[in-house]
Amino acid sequence: MSGSGASPLAILRRLPAWESVLIVLLAAVVILNSQLSPYFLDVSNLFDSTLNFDEKAMIALPLALVIITGQIDVSVASIVSVCAVAMGLASNAGADGTLVVAVGLATGLVAGLINGLLVVGLGVHSIVVTIGTLSLYRGITEAIVQDGAFTKFPKPMLALGRAYLFNVVPFETLCWLVIAAIFAVVLHLTIAGRRIFAIGNNAQAARYSGIAVDRYKVALFALTGLLCGLAAAFLVCRLGSVRQSIAEGSELQVVTIVVLGGVSIAGGTGTIAGVVLSTLLIGALTYGLNLVNIPGLVVDLCLGILLIASISVPRAIRLIALWRRIGQPT
Amino acid sequence: MSLSAETLAEVPAKGPSLEVRGISKRFGGVQALTEVSFSLRAGEVMALIGENGAGKSTLVKILTGVHRPDNGEIIVDGRPRSFANARDAAMAGITAIHQEAVMFEDLTVAENIMITHPPRLRSVRAIDWPRLRREAASHLAAIGADVDPAAQLGTIGIAERHLVSIASALAFDAQILIFDEPTAALSLKEIEALYVIVRKLREAGRSIIFISHKFDEIFAIADRYTVLRDGAFVASGAIAEVSREQLVGMMVGRPITHVYPKATAPIGEVALAVESFSNATEFRDVSFDVRHGEIVGFYGLVGAGRTELMEAIFGLSHKSAGTLRIEGEPVTISRPADAIRRGIAYVPEDRGRSGGILPMSIGANISLAVLGRLGGGPFLSSRGEATLARRFIDLLSIKAAGTAQRLDQLSGGNQQKVVISKWLATDPGIIILDEPTKGIDIGSKIAVHEFIGTLVSRGVAVILVSSELDEVLSLADRIVVMHRGCVAAHLDRGQANRELVVRYASGDG
Amino acid sequence: MPRREPALAILLVLLLVVIGLRAPAYVTAGNLVNVLIDSSVLCILVVGQLFALLIRGIDLSTAANLAFVGMFLALLSQAHPELPAIAYLLLAALAGLFLGAINAVFIAIVGVPAIICTLGTMVIYRGMIFLLSDGAWVSSHEMSQPFQTFPLESWLGVPNIVLVAVLVALSAWLFLRFTSTGRAFYAVGSSPLAATFAGISIRRTTLLGFILSGLCSGIAGYLWTARYAIAFTQAGQGLEFAVIAACFIGGVAVSGGRGSIAGVLVGALFISVVQTALPFVRVSPFVQTAISGTIILIAVAVNSRAERPRGRQILEVEERRPAPALMPIEEPSK
Repeated sequence: MSGSGASPLAILRRLPAWESVLIVLLAAVVILNSQLSPYFLDVSNLFDSTLNFDEKAMIALPLALVIITGQIDVSVASIVSVCAVAMGLASNAGADGTLVVAVGLATGLVAGLINGLLVVGLGVHSIVVTIGTLSLYRGITEAIVQDGAFTKFPKPMLALGRAYLFNVVPFETLCWLVIAAIFAVVLHLTIAGRRIFAIGNNAQAARYSGIAVDRYKVALFALTGLLCGLAAAFLVCRLGSVRQSIAEGSELQVVTIVVLGGVSIAGGTGTIAGVVLSTLLIGALTYGLNLVNIPGLVVDLCLGILLIASISVPRAIRLIALWRRIGQPT
Repeated sequence: MSLSAETLAEVPAKGPSLEVRGISKRFGGVQALTEVSFSLRAGEVMALIGENGAGKSTLVKILTGVHRPDNGEIIVDGRPRSFANARDAAMAGITAIHQEAVMFEDLTVAENIMITHPPRLRSVRAIDWPRLRREAASHLAAIGADVDPAAQLGTIGIAERHLVSIASALAFDAQILIFDEPTAALSLKEIEALYVIVRKLREAGRSIIFISHKFDEIFAIADRYTVLRDGAFVASGAIAEVSREQLVGMMVGRPITHVYPKATAPIGEVALAVESFSNATEFRDVSFDVRHGEIVGFYGLVGAGRTELMEAIFGLSHKSAGTLRIEGEPVTISRPADAIRRGIAYVPEDRGRSGGILPMSIGANISLAVLGRLGGGPFLSSRGEATLARRFIDLLSIKAAGTAQRLDQLSGGNQQKVVISKWLATDPGIIILDEPTKGIDIGSKIAVHEFIGTLVSRGVAVILVSSELDEVLSLADRIVVMHRGCVAAHLDRGQANRELVVRYASGDG
Repeated sequence: MPRREPALAILLVLLLVVIGLRAPAYVTAGNLVNVLIDSSVLCILVVGQLFALLIRGIDLSTAANLAFVGMFLALLSQAHPELPAIAYLLLAALAGLFLGAINAVFIAIVGVPAIICTLGTMVIYRGMIFLLSDGAWVSSHEMSQPFQTFPLESWLGVPNIVLVAVLVALSAWLFLRFTSTGRAFYAVGSSPLAATFAGISIRRTTLLGFILSGLCSGIAGYLWTARYAIAFTQAGQGLEFAVIAACFIGGVAVSGGRGSIAGVLVGALFISVVQTALPFVRVSPFVQTAISGTIILIAVAVNSRAERPRGRQILEVEERRPAPALMPIEEPSK
């Protein structure tokens, strides 16, 4: 099975089953959507559509690593919101573009660090901790922003958020692709990546082998926070304002991207290629649905179905095969 | 009808209470049991003997309804039975008492005992808690167990858990009890108490299957024996009519002369010196040293603190006091990576969990602790990994299809070799082996012992933690006996004998 | 392990004393009755969540379930104003049960980990509200009289909403304490392996757990919608975290197998008191979520100290017990 820390050559040699399915699905969605709406295949529209999911895509990458080590972080959307608020405060205080972005990144790093330290320090599972920090960070956002909004942000910063390369590719998308490439190299070709897979497969064995499991865990949570900060920066640049409800609900979409990408929720397996493919798939799906004016809540509903289906279908296939072999339900 | 002191009575011998005929079981490509047959009478203790992999645990699982046999019959009290699940087997009167008794940590002792059939109020079907507590208490009293029924199971000790396990079996009116390696974690006193219970059960007419690796126990408690080898029945007979060597011969299929080959090696300088190591709760003021080419054995009962001590030395847990010297130099080890860098290797007791990573390849497993030493900087070096893996596959004769094969596709013995390779790859000067031969078959045991001999002949300092007295006595140059976290005695090879070591380990030294 | 409910109850009383010192208006009989009324919905929800948490699961779809059932019944009352309140109660239970059964099937039979499944159904149910109502709100003047007056009408001096909560809690307590099926929840959560050996069906217990959780959410859905006389897509948003916070305060173990009705009720009261006291002590209502979050973290920290095995200092509890709600709840393989 690929993506469990096996030799990188093995991964390149044959395209793994899950990723192949994703490619087929992606093709299907593209074809379907292009039939549904004439605007779908317009190149500049397509690239613009990536803006929909760029921020979530960026967060999905470190989250995939977190999930591979057997943890989970449901507080990502709240971290984004708290970073956005911090940037709003910094902007109001008169900071220039670079400083505002730096504040956002730092806030994210700190928020992620808190997650990691709580998980490792308390010895409690990350589900529980991040459910707590999810409400805490969102609560901080609500307490600061309340009914209002931050609307004043430095122009250079906003301009970057809306910048395009070759007039077609958004700067954000480019950033995402670069980050994805870096993650792919780190996860599949470096020692750190091998250790991450080891931790996810058998944390005790990893510990006994001299891998600093706790440090890796904390680092991955901090990294997730940092990228949430980056995502927040892009989001703020795009939207130009910060309200109480910013990024609300996107934790589901990020988790869906990761799980649909073939990363096992139990830890130990997954590929960056899969996460990239599922990002494109979900992006194309969302974009297509938006084009035919399906409201956001219903799009979320479809994603919810997709999330459950992505785990149910393989399991159901296995169960049915088992039933047939035994000849009766177990 | 439950066992109580008042109702104990001699039961006249009748036909066999349990007969097993022609049981076979296949798992995928492995034939675990082939046409196994034997019989068991009421009031009889039968020792079920065989190496690991001989099929004993599969047989137990079939008898207790966890697996269903492919063919064959199970006849209980003259009636053929088939069990769809564990509960069916329990209803037929067959229960197993396991080594790592699987019970409900969060529930009380009383509920653990009575959970499968709690007493109910007559009018409604509600659980009658006062009666439940009373009945649980009487079951415990019947076997002389001094355990508080209201205590939460997770808070009582290992010996007490065993007693609760037995009480549960009796509460369910088990007629046929299977004891699966029950004494692994018990002290001498507790083992004696267990023998008393087993004898009581025998006198009350229950049938007992006693699975054990320890011949002492088998000869002390069993009436008859059945030997399995490679999933097939080998022989049955009366214990009084057979010798240890004969039993071992039947188990292994060839006459065994020497289980513990002791290689002699030149003993050099002190490799590791531990001074006054203490930990808040597990061990106090432990001092010892190990020289190159020497084997220092650590013997003790469960709770003696040996594993905890080794984990602290290796940097897995914190010590509160004490110093460590390697080759005379004081060192600080706060994490396993430090220890590895200093040349200490630790092969843990629980190989399954702590040893190898099953879904990963052999190459990935072997290189796991030395990833930084293979060249390539922060990047993985597949060539370095493959070369390293091939070196050890040859050195230890690991049977594998290649360095990319997944660990879980290898046999248990070969998996163990891969784990050992991982540690050898770190090029250690000091190696800590924690129960290296626990639960493995005699053939592999001999291989491990020979391997230890190779290690010392190369000048490695070996710390051998073992609960097998014979193993420690034959292999170690010096023995450190621990009792409840303290060093009870330092013994030289010449001084040590079984009685002495056991006395110190039990705290009677 | 010492039972923590008495300590919690004392803490609750202390909390009331502290609040009373800052804002004497809070601890009047009249206001406390209101607090009790306000906490009834949360109490019903925590009872439902207890069933899921005991068996090492989690149900994040409770609030969405509540909102959907509320909307469904509100629309029904609009179309059939003649229906009596009891009909709504029964339908709420059925609808909630049905939504819970969807979770139950995917978690217990297909084997989707609880957190993934309920994360998914959480948005699915919210989306369904939108589809059902087309995004519209249903407010008081569109709901029938019997529908909206039931919760606050009294029977023998006690408001119906409180009565229902008491009934639900009592039934759940009797079930968990005095029936084998109820004890099975503790068994399965404590050790799925031992449960299988004892002949307990993990699958059936899991199915039942999520069905009951849905049932409670449904009932709560009717009461919430009727009491506040409003139904909309984002109804009850954020409640899921108050519920979980209440459960952790009440001593429910994350790893399953431990927790009591009394405990979660005290936890629910605790959270309700904190939330309702905020306006009295002049703290902004916008701080509520932050407080929930902080309480969860503190409760979790306190619980983790209690659960830590003595002696072992580095190897974490989580590495010894399977991760709750992340792993599929499965029968041990044969």
